[in-house]
Formats: sequence, structure tokens, C-alpha cells
Amino acid sequence: MIIDTILSGDRPRSRLLGALLMAAFLALAFAPFLFPGTKALGVASRICIFIVLAASYDIVLGYTGIVSFAHAMFFGIGAYGVAIALSNLPVGWGAIFIGLGGALVVSAVLAVAIGFISLRLRALYFSMMTLALASFALIVATQLRDITGGEDGLTFSLPHLLAVSYRPFAAPVLGVRIDGRIVTYYLVFTAATALFLLMLRIVNSPFGRVLQAIRENEFRAQALGFSVVLHRTLAGTIGALMATCAGALLALVLRYNGPSASLSFEIMVDSILLMTVVGGMGTLYGPLLGAIVIVLAQYYLQPGMAALAEWTDGVPLLPHLFNPDRWLLWLGVLFVLIVYFFPTGLVGRMRGWTEPDE
Amino acid sequence: MKSAIDWPPRLVLPLLLLAGLLAMNFTTWLTLSVAGVAMGMMLFLMASGLTLIFGLMDVITFAHGAFVSLGAYVATDVVARMPELAASGSWPASLSVLAAAIAVAIVVTGLAGWVFEVVIIRRVYGSHLRQILITVGGLIVAQELLVAVWGANPIPVAKPLALQGSVEILGAAIEIYRLVAVGLGLAVYGGLYLILARTRLGLMVRAGVENIEMVESLGFRVKRLFVGVFIAGCALAGVGGALWGIYQGLVTPAIGPEMMILVFIILIMGGMGSVGGAFIAAILVGLVTNYTGFLLPKLALGSNILLMVGILLWRPRGLFPLVKS
Amino acid sequence: MDDALLNLAGVVTNIGAYHILHGVDLTVRRGRVTMLLGRNGAGKTTTLRSIMGLWKPRAGSVRFDGAEIAGSETPDIARRGIAYVPETMGIFSQLTVAENMRLAATTSRFDEARLEDVFRFFPILKTKWHDRAGLMSGGQKQMLAVARAIVEERRLMIIDEPTKGLAPSVIDDLIACILEQKARGTTILLVEQNFHMARSVGDDVAVMDNGRVIHAGSMADLAGDESLQTRLLGLSLDSHQ
Repeated sequence: MIIDTILSGDRPRSRLLGALLMAAFLALAFAPFLFPGTKALGVASRICIFIVLAASYDIVLGYTGIVSFAHAMFFGIGAYGVAIALSNLPVGWGAIFIGLGGALVVSAVLAVAIGFISLRLRALYFSMMTLALASFALIVATQLRDITGGEDGLTFSLPHLLAVSYRPFAAPVLGVRIDGRIVTYYLVFTAATALFLLMLRIVNSPFGRVLQAIRENEFRAQALGFSVVLHRTLAGTIGALMATCAGALLALVLRYNGPSASLSFEIMVDSILLMTVVGGMGTLYGPLLGAIVIVLAQYYLQPGMAALAEWTDGVPLLPHLFNPDRWLLWLGVLFVLIVYFFPTGLVGRMRGWTEPDE
Repeated sequence: MKSAIDWPPRLVLPLLLLAGLLAMNFTTWLTLSVAGVAMGMMLFLMASGLTLIFGLMDVITFAHGAFVSLGAYVATDVVARMPELAASGSWPASLSVLAAAIAVAIVVTGLAGWVFEVVIIRRVYGSHLRQILITVGGLIVAQELLVAVWGANPIPVAKPLALQGSVEILGAAIEIYRLVAVGLGLAVYGGLYLILARTRLGLMVRAGVENIEMVESLGFRVKRLFVGVFIAGCALAGVGGALWGIYQGLVTPAIGPEMMILVFIILIMGGMGSVGGAFIAAILVGLVTNYTGFLLPKLALGSNILLMVGILLWRPRGLFPLVKS
Repeated sequence: MDDALLNLAGVVTNIGAYHILHGVDLTVRRGRVTMLLGRNGAGKTTTLRSIMGLWKPRAGSVRFDGAEIAGSETPDIARRGIAYVPETMGIFSQLTVAENMRLAATTSRFDEARLEDVFRFFPILKTKWHDRAGLMSGGQKQMLAVARAIVEERRLMIIDEPTKGLAPSVIDDLIACILEQKARGTTILLVEQNFHMARSVGDDVAVMDNGRVIHAGSMADLAGDESLQTRLLGLSLDSHQ
């Protein structure tokens, strides 16, 4: 079937999950028309970008079992690559590709270096080391003020086609006035879809199978003649490059990049890690779902909590816990519960419901 | 099986001090060295518990920074509640404010650590991946709870009056509070050393670090012992946080997690599980931070990461690795 | 009083996905030395670890002096008066000989007479008393491991292959020590490949294969019946010294 070809034979394996994926795809494909408005478009773009980002992290975490805290660094490199190129070169598609290309090269070199460092270290040391590396990247980004704009970051303009002022049609289409933002959104949506399907292909290729074999039993895989170091380094590099692309998309959407937009620990922990684990590690569909859930929560959990806080007004402490600013508290609780009770995340859960029938 | 002492790692600290002395004039060097050692002592307090917890049970927690923050917040509350004593310039008054802040921080962070062990840690023995994930989740929750209680805005706290200002030693101006921190850090290190080396409890901990199964086979309830070590580790982090918070003068929710990067660098450099290694590595980090802060300000934080990378390339298991059998 | 001090019935133990013990039945009688024999991988060490609770049996019962101990925590099992000397000896190499011994005693004070007894068997431990245990030779470590087990009165000693890789003179010292413990009435469960030792100290014998006890009887009967040896162990014990 053609669906099998598109999904590289990796079907959702759960009717509920399949339906959700279909709904998400359609909602995102027609987002500018279904949910008009700048905020909704921003949310939809963010979802697309974080699907790629979380899925790319899943290739590292879920398919190799190693916790890296340096993934946001690659995201940041992609965003900075585009931002720096568009700030310094004549604005145009050439600048975007030069920025992205440069970022990909830097990311690849760093990812390979990290792979070889991990050769010398126990997994635990490696996790701590990546934490230090991530903070080093943050320092570099804030210190090299002339290039990166320091704490303030960089604001830049986009090529004509993506600029807000661009109007391809005089009249509204389906009641929505098409402008550069919507063009940008479709660029992001198309790129995200392509990148996600590419990742699906990679993890279902023979290479991906070896990664899974290594995750299940490192010694056995080694005994079968597969180089664990080589495969892990390669997986880390692929994940890094995908994250770099996601970063570039982010820069296009925001027309801005700074340390807190793409490099910070909040991005790493509160977004990437949370999405991957909540959705389900090692499934790729998990991070996709996780990204949707978490981004929606980031934007829409707060109003709901405000209502709850009002409702519990007068009860000690509770209003504080339901304070809209405390949305992260509840995501943290959810995260802990999922690691305890559903180590396979939402997707693993859904598949668990369906599997007996098959 | 080497019986000879492994000298090169022991020479790193003296060499660093010497290098510092060559790079600047004596009074600057003395001021910066005391500042570095003081910072190192506070870092050691935060790192010591973590290294013991790892050494004994092979458990790693990324949530330790929350206990540092908690200790700092508790200390600000205590200091704020004793305004007369804190503002009276007498030594006994000022020291008793500090002592009270530390004591309350110990109790509160110890209790919080106990809850954390029971609710979070106990269920994830044996799997580093789940430990890392779940403690990161625990850290998120703990940080949010701190904000729920103390608010997101920084809370200012002043040092008790007699501990403000500085004294002149050999021509160098030395902050009094730093001397207090050094004294306290040394006392804690000495106390830990004595407990580990001289008591039966310490014997059990040292044996457990090597081979838990055998200690259990000899009839000791190591898991109960571990809960105690975890609580003590959190309390030590609380002490570190209390001292650091008052030292900084401004307490934010991120005050602990910010320090954890340095703490991890210390654990990695010193050798995970080694208390002596953490002590030396903490001083190294404190000194490097202060020296480079003066000589190459742009490199200040990065310098420690570079130092760690250098040491790891030289000794992949840290300066004073632990022996496991 | 029940004749059996330790009784295993139908013990099943898994390690990870693997079945190691398939229903072990084993009786250790009071005041006697029971030898546990069998080829490598038969499940001897796993049986000992299951008794100690280091691996929790999935099914079956382990009764010590009438009380069920399967599922108990290792420290609680040890506190019933069971000393365990693992195959790996479990010496704390960073601790001194003295500290190793101190941990093995339940109180912080040694029974001086008992300690002198230990030194009588293993004088080298007195010489090395303040040395780091990790610096000793393999034979000396094994002496220390056994010394830890006898530093106090125990009701049951479980020893896993004490003679592995040791020089004959050291083996003789160990045999003398074990015989002395037996004479004092300590019950002993001993895994051993060395037939010289097995015949010198064993009263009863149990032979394991494939995760089960396939023969139980007296040591004398087995020692005298070469065809039984061949059938059970795949080789004659005499050829296996």
C-alpha cells in the first residue's frame, strides 16, 4: 500500500494512534484556514518544528538509550546559522541556504566529536558531560556578542516571499487573507513532514534495525559484528543534523533568534525531553504526539489553570498550585508518573490497548 | 594492584596555586585564592552528598540542585526572622543567626530529601536511564514548588552584620564571610572523613561502596543505611545552599540548578563516589573560576569545562577513581 | 527437634529472562557437612544465592530452622546466623584486614578467644592485620573470607568453592579449619569441585544438574561407588583431583 511506502512500513499499530495521527496531520495541513489568527499560526508552526526536534532527539535517546543534554545545542546552531547569515548577507534564499549549510557542517563536526568522547566515558559521565557542553554552548552564544547579538539575539528580515507584507492573492482564499506568514508556515509544514518521514525511513532501514539491536543487547550486537561506537556516533550525528534543520525552521518562523529561544536548558528539558518521554521513547510517533501535547499545553493549559485557580480560591495553597504560571509543575508531575508507570509513553500505552487484538 | 601512591593527580592543586601566583601579584593572588577556596568549600558541600549517594548505591540524581535552592530559601527566611540579631554587630549574634539558618536548612532539606527518596528514588534503583529521567522530572516539580512557595522574584538577603566586610591579612583584603565558609567547609570535610574512617557506620559505607551484596550478606541493612546517606546528602546540599545564598545576597529558584553544572564537573573530575576527590576537585573549580574571572573574565565559566575536558582526556575516570569489586 | 536445619523445596529462580533453577529440593542436616556437587552451570552458586536472598526465588520454599526465609531480605537472612562466603570471596579490598573482620562481627568488640582461634588457623592474617586486604594474595584473601565467617559462632556456614585456584598447602589449612568448625557442631553447606576436600570433610552430598538436585545421599556411598560418580558427574571423582 502507498501508506506503507510513505511510512516506511512502520505503521502506528494502534487504531486510536492512527486516527490521532491522521487528525493531527489534517489539522496541521489546513491550520491557517481552520484556526485563523496569528497566535494559532504560531502554535501550529511551533508544533511542526518541535515534532522534528523531539523526533530527532528520539533517534538519540530512544534508539540508543543514552541521555544527552546537548541536543538543544544543535537546535540552536541551526537557528543561529540562519539568523547570522540573514543578518550579515544580502537577504535572500542564498543566505538561508548558506546559513543552514554552515550550521549543518558545524553540527556534524560537533556530533562526531561528541560520539568519540562518549567512546571514552561511561554513559552516566557522558550525560553529565553533555550538560557541561550545553552550558558551554550557551556561554559561547552569549559571549560572542558581535556575531550572535549576545543576550539580545538577532532580529532579521526574510526574503520577499516569506515577508509579512507579501500578498500573493488580492482576494482572501477561503475567507483567509494569504500573506508571507502563511507561506512561511507551509514551508515549515512541508519541511517538517519531509524530515519526519525521512527519519521514519532511517529508523526502519537496516541501519535502524542495528540501532534497535544495540539498544536491546549491546554485547550481542557487538558479537554479531556491528560496531556499537560507529552506529551510535552515526545516530547521534543524524539526530544532530535533524535538530539543526528544525532550528533553521524556527529562525524563519520567529524572524529572530537568541539564547533563550533555541539554546536554553528550558528548551532542552521542559520541551525536548518532556515531549520525547511523555510521547514514548523509541517509537518516533511518540515524540510527534508528545510535541503536540506539550506545545498545546504550553499555550492553552494556562487559561484552564487560571479557571481552576479562581475556582479553588480561598483554599490554602491550592490556588498557588493552579496558578497559570505553574503549568510546568503539572507537566513535571505527568512526566514523573509516565516514567514510573508507562515507560513506553502515550504511544506505548495505545499500542498496549490494541496489540492483544492483533 | 598498585600499592604506591598515585602522585600526578595530587600535584594538580599545588601546581594550580603556583601557576596563579606566577600570573599575578601576591595580594591579588591571596585574595583570589581565599575566594576560590571559599567557593570550593560551598561547592564541596553541594557535591559531597551526591558523590556518597552515587558511591554507595550507584544512584545518580539530577534533582540535587533543588535541595541547594531549598536550603538557600530557608536560610533567607531564617535570617529575615531575626532582624535584631542579624543587625547587631556582635560576633556571637551574627554567628548564631548563621548557625540558626544552617540548622533549619539542614532539618528542612533533610526532610525533603527523605520524601524524595521514598517517592522518587526508591523505585528506580538499578537503572541509570530511569534515574536520570525521573530525577529531571523531580527537578522540574521541585523547582515549580519552590516558586509556588517563595515566588519567582529574587529574594534579597544580607549577611549578618559582623560577617560583612573584610580583614587585612598579609596586605590582602579578605572577606570575613569567605573565611567562615572555609572554616565550615573544612569542618564538614573533617567530620565526614572521621565518620568514614573511624566509625562502624563509616566502615559500612566504605564497604558498601565496594560491594553491597557482601555487606548485606554480613547482615547489614544497606538500603536503610542508604536512606540515611541520601538524607544526609540532601542536608549537606541544604547547608551549601544556605551558605551560598547568603554569600550571593540574592536567592532565585535557579540558584541551585545553576550550581549543578559545576557540581557535576566536580564529580566527574574528582571521580564519582570519592569524597576526597570531590573535595580536591571542588577547590580546583573554585580556584579556576576566581583566577580566570580575574585574568580572562570571558572564560570564567567555560574555563572549568575546559579543565574538566582536559582532565578527562588525561584520566577518563577522574583524578581519584573509586574501586568497585 | 527437626533434623533438617535448612530445607529447600521446589525452588525456582530466574535471572533476567533465563530459568536457572527449575525446582531445587535440598536438605541440610544439623551438625553435618553437606557437599553440593555438579558441573559448571548446574546451578550450585544460584542455589546458594537464592538461599541468601541475593536472588529472590520465584517459587518454592526455603526454610531455615523451621522458618520460611524465601523472599526475606538478605540482611535478615544473614542475621539468623548464616555466614556466606561467595565464590568471589567478597573481600573489601580498600579496607584493612582488621576492618574486614570487624564488619563480619555483629558487635564492635571482638571475642578475643575466638580471634586467637582464627589466627591459629590463619597466622598470616595477624601479620597483615593492618594491611589493605586488596594487597594480599588470592590464597590469603580466601583465608580472610573464611575467617570472616568463623569470627563468630554461626548456625550455618555456606561456602562457595573455597579451594578454587589455591595451592595444596592452603587447601589443607582450609580443610583443617572446616573440620574444626564441624567438630564444634556448626552446620556447613559447601560447594566444591575438589574431590580431595569433598571426601575429607563431607558427610552428606547432593548433586545438581540442569537446575535440579538429581541425587542426594551420604558422601561415603558416593565416594565408594564409581559408577554412580560417572553417572552423576560425568566422570569419576578420583580422576578429578
